Amino acid sequence: MIAWRRSIVIAAFVAAIVAVVVLNARAAGSVAGASATIRLTEVAHASGIDFVHQAPALDPKIANVAPHVGALGACVSVADVNNDGWPDLYFTTSRFGASNALYLNQKDGTFRDVSREAGVGSVNLPGEGVSMGAVWGDYDNDGFEDLLVYKWGYPQLFHNRGPGRFEDVTAQSGLKRWMNSNGAVWFDFDRDGLLDLYITGYFRSDIDFWHLTTTRIMQHSWEFATNGGKNLLFKNLGLGHFKDVTDSLGVGSTRWTLAVTAADFNDDGWPDLYLANDYGPEELYLNHEGKHFELARAGLSDDSKSGMAVALGDVYNRGEHDVFVTNISEKGFLFQGNNLRLNFLKELGRFDEVATGPVADAGWAWGAQFGDLNNDGLLDLVVANGFISGDSAHDYWYAMSKIAGAQGNIFEDAKNWPPIGSASLSGYERSRVLLNRGQAGFVDVAQEAGVTDRLDGRAVAMADLFNRGVLDVIIANEKGRVLLYKNTFPLSRRERGAGGEDSRRERGPGGEGWVEFKLVGTRSNRSAIGAEVTVEFGSGRQRQVVDGGMGFCSQNDRRLHFGLGGQGLGKVTIRWPSGTQQILTGLAIDHLHVVTEPQ
Amino acid sequence: MRIAVDPKYLIVFLITLVLVVGEARYGILGGYQRLATTLGVCVATELLLSWWLRGRVANVASAYITGISLALLIKPQANMLWPFALGAFLAIASKYVLTYHGRHLWNPSNFAIALLVLIASDSVAILSHQWGNDLGTNLVIWAFGLVIAWRARVLHVTLTYVACFVVFAVLRHFLVGGPLLAEIAPITGPMYQLFVFFMVTDPRTTVSTPRGRMIVVAIVALVETLIRLAGDYQLALLRPFYVSPPILALAMVGPLAMLWDLRRTALRA
Repeated sequence: MIAWRRSIVIAAFVAAIVAVVVLNARAAGSVAGASATIRLTEVAHASGIDFVHQAPALDPKIANVAPHVGALGACVSVADVNNDGWPDLYFTTSRFGASNALYLNQKDGTFRDVSREAGVGSVNLPGEGVSMGAVWGDYDNDGFEDLLVYKWGYPQLFHNRGPGRFEDVTAQSGLKRWMNSNGAVWFDFDRDGLLDLYITGYFRSDIDFWHLTTTRIMQHSWEFATNGGKNLLFKNLGLGHFKDVTDSLGVGSTRWTLAVTAADFNDDGWPDLYLANDYGPEELYLNHEGKHFELARAGLSDDSKSGMAVALGDVYNRGEHDVFVTNISEKGFLFQGNNLRLNFLKELGRFDEVATGPVADAGWAWGAQFGDLNNDGLLDLVVANGFISGDSAHDYWYAMSKIAGAQGNIFEDAKNWPPIGSASLSGYERSRVLLNRGQAGFVDVAQEAGVTDRLDGRAVAMADLFNRGVLDVIIANEKGRVLLYKNTFPLSRRERGAGGEDSRRERGPGGEGWVEFKLVGTRSNRSAIGAEVTVEFGSGRQRQVVDGGMGFCSQNDRRLHFGLGGQGLGKVTIRWPSGTQQILTGLAIDHLHVVTEPQ
Repeated sequence: MRIAVDPKYLIVFLITLVLVVGEARYGILGGYQRLATTLGVCVATELLLSWWLRGRVANVASAYITGISLALLIKPQANMLWPFALGAFLAIASKYVLTYHGRHLWNPSNFAIALLVLIASDSVAILSHQWGNDLGTNLVIWAFGLVIAWRARVLHVTLTYVACFVVFAVLRHFLVGGPLLAEIAPITGPMYQLFVFFMVTDPRTTVSTPRGRMIVVAIVALVETLIRLAGDYQLALLRPFYVSPPILALAMVGPLAMLWDLRRTALRA
């Protein structure tokens, strides 16, 4: 009797092992694609963009970890710099002597680097630091987008004096503070119509990476580090002057912030700050009428990972700002998983984390952006991945795992880190293109969509670069060339048959109708950064915000793009940063609408 | 009057302390559903299998220790519960299936975790840095752990392993170069706390003599060092092993030592 009972137990034991194998295979295969309705074609070189990022060369005292520490700085930011109605592109590099690039859109499918003439290229200089990223915003409301370059070094503010002419106004701006920054966002926190500036600190600001006085520069915890650089909030006083109001507003986090974005998450009319922190939990600073910020719990402090980027998107067309934060996953070693947090702040006072499958595990994920790539009415997601692509026969993960679980005072000192040499660390990872299928979830269609690169992706931005009614994707890669993925999905039947409202805009590919908005602030900041547009179509409504910096080291185009999924366009509600609410009805579809804020 | 406490309950106390401190300070569980799953499955499997195969309901203290160990050590992909459920079942079931002369050969949680990291590496990783890297907390655990190991009469096992680890760390430092502290660093982490106090010391899966136990853990440390060297020299074939060297070293050495010991005891009898 015991024998057959034991046989049953053995059978159950074997069945459990088989179940582990099957479920594990399903997890590994969860990134497999489906039939793609997204098609992207890489056209950077053909478009005249051959920009290659160069990593910084740091003090030899940290040579053992230099490839790790210095693996940042590839950025892309989008803005219509010369007000010609076509988005332009700014890229950063991080080597002394190397030039950043400002590519003007030539309106014929190509771009031309004008950084030398414009005076915004030569910013990577000894004593001044190297570029880590840039954000555009019209801080003086003169109708031209100005440029803030944040650095490991002194940030630089360039005033756009007119098409193609920039002036470095850092010295008189009050912004000249040495920071080791990897993020910044323009936003009008006090709604006075002037864009303020939040610059994040990653490494401490007393660290000069070219003249190190100590090697104790690293995080003291992999999960709860608070010894990073201090984030700073600068209030725009007007006339090109900024004042540090960090401490009085309560937003001086030292949690190794890698990315920040701003939006009104709790619908109180004031823009809040959402931080993605490396070695620590995400932080949401709720804005109390521009007088002070409060660190919200919102369920974020329970979940500590390695935040790299923060992107906003109304994932299920609920009219909310949901949040996607990238993190690290590496087979066998670490499964942090990316976070997709649905916003239930108003209802429940918190976010719900719902990432699974390919959304959760994209590898060592960096930049990400939401955008409706096939105009089906649902926001898709592009994620750039990969940290250090070195010698593929040598992997640094094991060496790093030696110290990852150790005491903080050991690995806080860079000299205790095993030398990385030429090893890879989550290198040669592919980018992800995640098709949003609504309640059926996201599925990775990168391969089918034509996104096959394995460069070390950092920044992702989206823009309708060629004014066709579809979003294109730009990816800036660390120590690699820029990739420009042109949206090339075949024309839908509806679009082939539809008549154009605007003869300047050729009929766009993919999806079932679209609408775009370019907003011009009057009482609000002229860039309309922080303005929110909610478009109703079908049974849903999608909400987007004009961003002053989003993702990782990136900024999307000011113009907001909505796919309509073949459904009729209903009411459009614009909430301006000033508080003005504007309702538009009967708008034409397949059309860019330029809307000026009512006086 | 001195009250005799079963060493098993001292271990129960210690692992409960680890759980409470880790969760209160760091949210180390990553969700109470994980603890509920592992504890529930471990206890239910122990009760069911002991009754089904042995006709009596077993004490669940051992299943409790295993359940908490698994809840703390398994770090799977986002929102996956099945590694906890299946890992818990396999851990306890291994005590009834993988036996020799009526004794089980693997420490249950060691068996389950080693199996999961080897055959489910796309889904499962192991506890590494999710402990805050805070010296104070670790000192508390080490202090309680050493006292309880002493009361449970397994301190010689713990100390032998720690001494061997440090000696081999120095050796690796000279062999592969790199900072000495990087080689010693792993033992300051939380995974090793669970390892040295709950796995290598498990009286049910260690050999019968104190000297034998010390030799076995020394061999475990040696095999661990070989795995670590494989990591340093990037032997691709052994990559599945160097994600968790001590766990897999024990999973290989422990059962062989038990087999040898049981066989030797049987021959003497």
